Parts: sequence; C-alpha cells; structure tokens
Amino acid sequence: MTSGERILLAHGAGGKLTRRLIEKDILTRFMSPILKRLDDGAVFTIENLKLAYSTDSFVVDPIFFRGGDIGKLAINGTVNDIAMCGAVPIYLTTSLIIEEGFQLEDLRRILNSMQDAADEANVEVVAGDTKVVSAGSADKIFINTSGIGIVEKEVSGSNAKIGDKIIISGFIGDHGIAILSEREGLDLKVPVYSDCSPLNGLVSSILCATEGIHVLRDPTRGGLATTLNEIALQSDVGIRIDEGMIPVRDAVRGACEILGLDPLYVANEGKMVIFVSPLDAPRVLEIMRKNKNGADARVIGEVIAEPRGMVLMRTRIGGERIVDMLEGEQLPRIC
Amino acid sequence: MCLGIPARILKLEGELAEVEIGGAMRKANIQLVPDAKVGEYVLLHAGFAIQKLDEKEALETLKLLEELYEIRR
Amino acid sequence: MKFVDEFQDPRLVKGLLQEIGALAERRVTFMEVCGTHTMALFKYGIREMLPNPVNIISGPGCPVCVTPTNVLDAAMDAVHKKNVILATFGDMMRVPGSSSSLEAEKALRSDVRVVYSAMDSLGIAESNPDKEVVFLGVGFETTSPSIACTVLGAARKGIENFKLIAAHKLIPPAMKALLEAGEVQLDGFICPGHVSTIIGSEPYEFIPKKYGIPCVISGFEPVDMLQSVLILLRQIDEGKSKVEVQYSRSVKPDGNPIAKRFISEVFETVDSYWRGLGEIPASGLALNERFREYDALKYLGIGLKEPAEPPGCMCGEILRGVRSPPECSLYGLMCTPERPVGPCMVSSEGTCSAYYRYTRGARA
Repeated sequence: MTSGERILLAHGAGGKLTRRLIEKDILTRFMSPILKRLDDGAVFTIENLKLAYSTDSFVVDPIFFRGGDIGKLAINGTVNDIAMCGAVPIYLTTSLIIEEGFQLEDLRRILNSMQDAADEANVEVVAGDTKVVSAGSADKIFINTSGIGIVEKEVSGSNAKIGDKIIISGFIGDHGIAILSEREGLDLKVPVYSDCSPLNGLVSSILCATEGIHVLRDPTRGGLATTLNEIALQSDVGIRIDEGMIPVRDAVRGACEILGLDPLYVANEGKMVIFVSPLDAPRVLEIMRKNKNGADARVIGEVIAEPRGMVLMRTRIGGERIVDMLEGEQLPRIC
Repeated sequence: MCLGIPARILKLEGELAEVEIGGAMRKANIQLVPDAKVGEYVLLHAGFAIQKLDEKEALETLKLLEELYEIRR
Repeated sequence: MKFVDEFQDPRLVKGLLQEIGALAERRVTFMEVCGTHTMALFKYGIREMLPNPVNIISGPGCPVCVTPTNVLDAAMDAVHKKNVILATFGDMMRVPGSSSSLEAEKALRSDVRVVYSAMDSLGIAESNPDKEVVFLGVGFETTSPSIACTVLGAARKGIENFKLIAAHKLIPPAMKALLEAGEVQLDGFICPGHVSTIIGSEPYEFIPKKYGIPCVISGFEPVDMLQSVLILLRQIDEGKSKVEVQYSRSVKPDGNPIAKRFISEVFETVDSYWRGLGEIPASGLALNERFREYDALKYLGIGLKEPAEPPGCMCGEILRGVRSPPECSLYGLMCTPERPVGPCMVSSEGTCSAYYRYTRGARA
C-alpha cells in the first residue's frame, strides 16, 4: 500500500490518520511535554503568568461561503483554540500565503473580515507576514494565525472526571455542510450557514461563574465524535451520549442523508463541548443560554468509568452502540 | 449500496426535478419515474429518483402498527 | 424527516421487540444481503436488542466488497493512460487493489474524481473534451438503471469521450448460488429493499418455492427491520414460506418497469466473478452490442487479470455468511479500517467495517 509513503488528504481530516501522523512522526521528534498533552493550545507559565499559545492554518475552499470567509475563520479559529485552554485571547499574528494573480478586491474583502472578526472577539492582530507564490503553487490564499492569551482557569482534555456532564453549545454540523454544499460540486442547496463565531466571551462567562469546568473543546475537523473520542482517550475515561439529545438542524440531517454522512463527524466552527461537574451543570446551561453562541446549549451525555477510552451512544430507538473516531476523509457516498 | 432517501418534489424541470429533504435541496434525475408530480415523494439514490413513495401504504403500515401496540400519534 | 422519523418511533420498536420475544423460541438464522441493512442493524443497536434465539448474519450485500481486485486494477490501469479522467463513487476510493488503491493513485497525481451521481461524469466529459472520462460502474440493481440512463444520455448528446467500466452485479443469482452451496443453514432471507424497488418481488419467488425458505423484502429503518424479523418468525411459526413485502411504500410486485426497461436497453446479462463466491452464471451486467462502443476496457485495450485474493483474508467466507469478522485472523490486527487488507473492511458498508466500527474490533 502506497498510503504509508505518501501524505493523503485523509491525513488532514482530523481523524485517526491525522492522529497516527502526530503520534508517529511529530511527537517522536518534538519532545516537549507541553506538546505531548495535545490540547488545543500550549499552556505554560512564564514569570508567574500562565499563558496559552496556539497556531492554526486555514485552507478552506471555497474561500467565501455562506456565513463567512477564510479570514473570519482564521481569526475565530485561533481565538477559540486559546479560549478552549481556559484563557482570554489577547494578541494574534497572521501570515498570508497568496497565489499570484489573486484579486486584490478579494484580498481586501478577506482582510476586512479579519478586522471585523478581531473586533468582535476583542483581540488585536499585532504582527504579520505576507508571501506570494507563483500561480499554481497555492490555491488562491492560505492563512495562518497564531494567538496568545492569559489563562483564567486551567482546563484540559485530560481533566474529565467520572460523573461529569457533557454539554454541547448548539447545533452540530452547520459549518461542514455549509462548506460541502458550496465546494464539492455536489449541487446541494442547503439553507445552512457556517457557525463560525468567537467563543471567548461565552467561555469567560461560564469560567467566572463556576469552578466545576474540567474540559473545553471545540469540535472542528472530525466533528463531535472525534473530539469526544480524543477526550475519552486523554482522560482515560468512558463517555456515554444520548442520540436524541444531540441538536442537529433538519437541513443538516437532510444533507447528510443525501450524501451518506454522519452529522457526528461533520466539522463545526462556532461550537464547544464542556465537561462540567454535575452540580454546576444547570448553572452553566443557564449562563450559556443567555449568550447568542449558547442559546441552544444542552446536556448530551456524561462521563462514565468503563469502557475506558471509548464513546458509547444510546440510539434514538433505545439501543446502544459505539461511536468511533473518524476514519479517513468523509467522502460523499451512495452506499 | 442502497442509500435511498425519501425526497419531496418541489419543481419539475424536464428530465430533472428539484427535490427537498428536511430543507436540503438537490436536483434529481426523474427519467425513472417520469409521472412523478410536484408534492409527491420519491426515493433519491445517487442523484436519481428510483421509485415513487406510496404515501398511502406508508401511513397504513404505521396505522396498523400503532393500533397493534396501542400508540396514539 | 418525513417517511423516516415515523419508522424510528421507539414505541413501535418496543412493541415489535416484545412480539418478537414472544415468538422467538428456537434458534433461527436469517441472512440479509444488503450493506445498508448490515449497517442499520449496528447503527441503531438493533442486533443487541433482538432476543437471543434470533441470529442475523450478513451475506454478499456489499457490491464494493464483491467487486474483484482485477476490476480495481483495471480502473487504475485506465487512469494511468494518457488523458484519462477516472470518475467513481466515493465508496471505491479506499478499496485495496492488488498493489494500490484509487485514493493512493490520486495522491500520486492521477486524475481520479469522486462523483455523487453517474450523470456528473457526463458533465466532466463535456467540460474536458480533450480527455477520456471513464466511469467505474459498481453496484447492484438499485444503481444500474441510473448508469443505463447515463450511457443513454451520452449517446443522445453525442458525448464521445465518455466510457464505462461495467462491473454491475445482480443479487438474486448470488442468493441462488449461496443456497446451492448449502454452506449455511438459513431460516429466512431479509431481502434488499432498494434493489427490490427496481426488480420487484417476483425474482425471489424461487427461494420459497424451491428451497422452502421464507423471504421478506425489508425497508431500512428500525421499525422496518424489526417488522421484517417478525414477518419471518410468523411464517416459520405457521409453517409457511413465501415472499412478503414489508417495504410496501417503496416496493411494488413488479418493481419499476421503466427502470428495468432502461437496464435491458443498455445492458445484457453475463456470467460474473464475485469475490468470495467465484463465478456465478448470469449474475452480472455488461454493455450490450448496441452500446459496446462505450466499453472503457475495450476502448483502452485493457485486459482483466486473474482475480486474486490477499493471503489470509477471510472476506470470501464472510461474504458467504460462513464466518463472522472476529473469526478472521487478520481482523482488528493486520486488517483495520485505517489499513484494510480486504474490501469488507474498507467499504463503508462492508461486514468487517460494520463490526469493527461498532464493536471496536473485539475479537472472537
């Protein structure tokens, strides 16, 4: 099999293949114990100040889509990674790689989006870089952002406790379906917008209200299922979720049915999961529902002792099954 | 290889129809069910409508089961 | 979603399970022959909810799984030729051929494109007049009418740079071959719902008539499948055996006559090699003489090699329902969804893939 020698698209999908690449090739070379934790960002202390530091690159296609564009995504993506570390994001840097021939008008549109997004998230872009490559060497524009913030409360994917309630902040699958419907030439019309939004405000509001928050994570590539599996593995616990409780828009469900996709594995860009002690869960829900990014928040499951490292789901009809991590890339199928 | 979804016909455009599933819309080729009408449901499979859904039959099946197990809708 | 949600009603599921529990006394084995049924049983957790005596095994219901490696190899030979674009359903991308896969070839810069509908490949042909667009046609009777329409569309519009690798198969002959082989004791068949929307119920009549085995044509939602199990149990209880249609909202006794006509207009029935089952007479479709000009392999001068199996792979026995995945020595160890050896593991509806995904590769 040649897939062992070449990088496949699936290596970037955020599922098992991505994980293997990280474990086999990245963690074996970069030995930092901070990196090894594999949280959304690096958390460390410098001179008594606890900081979170993160980076992300954005290669979304199409670059303009319903609900946003690559610029908005780039700012919010890193804002959220920092927020998921329990930190307040403050400064961002950005790096642009632009294909020769890219329209200046489109670049300006993207830069405006970035500025708007930074304003909304209350962060400042303080350093940047621009590179131009010859036509064909990059697809229109790629953007990298990195960010730094001050930790309010340390949360980590390894902190889930047995009995914790698991809360999702709203409808899943919106972003992935919005992108897919515009990108793949699938001739799919779905009245769904990317949920791309900054979550740092929401995170701050729940962190200052209660002590019992153990894990925060935003289910981006690989979807909710992959994120829950990662946390189950990191914390060495089991997770049980209730299919009937997971909010999915009808149009997203319909689009997934047509394409043979499972909403549990579809990317989100403005949602988060929160693992919180059961006593604090009602208060967290109350606060979240007052925020526009948490209006549809609900409890979808809980942390259990066994089976460790696995996610179980109670199905709509009362059965039970395992929810595995994403395999390769989710391809639209007929089968 | 049998992914077939009930989809409602919104519009007819010759060989194609615009169909809708829970709000998601796509074009479907209706050469296999040329007498399908707007408002009717068809089974969508790989971009083609392969059969019309018999709504009466569906409701009868459900009604029978509901009566059997004394379930009120 | 209409006509889906109602058939997932947990109250109906409960009622059906109770009745099944009351009727199921001695051990019975039912076989389903549709990958989507395989998946549904796992996806909803139905397998575990059924009472112990009811045992459902999977047969050769996954067209990706029964497509021999030589067809995949031929598709890869095709795309290696100059100016060829290979269009395929997504399901075929990760299936291992004898030395590579379409996904791996795409990574090596071969022009392999995933399409949702066969018709999309005509669009690709029209947009790329200097290239030859080869569509890899895999599937059962559910899919072959739409492929027939695509070929007719190419003829009608004069699209000369479209070609087809016709690897379609027919399910009832495979069911017959299984029964003739007599390897597994079956008490009933759960027949494929969407294949049957095309072919109707008549093609299965030989099963109760010649072999005395009850058949039910089933839908795919939990209520459908449980009602189908109940129908089979009732037939057994009453000492009957016949073909019953549970999926009456989609399956008529004569199926879809228009679809059947399209198939016979473009294709002819031929003997076909099924992975795991060997050559089965009159079980495949090939382009008939009128449309042979669209035959990709003939046009590109590609021959089919001898079909071969990877050593140790138990897909054959699994496809025949003789063994279950945990009994394969490669399953979960050398053969996983990330590194599949056989097609049953990589196909999204392959038996091994279903078992692995939903039981995390627990071994026997």
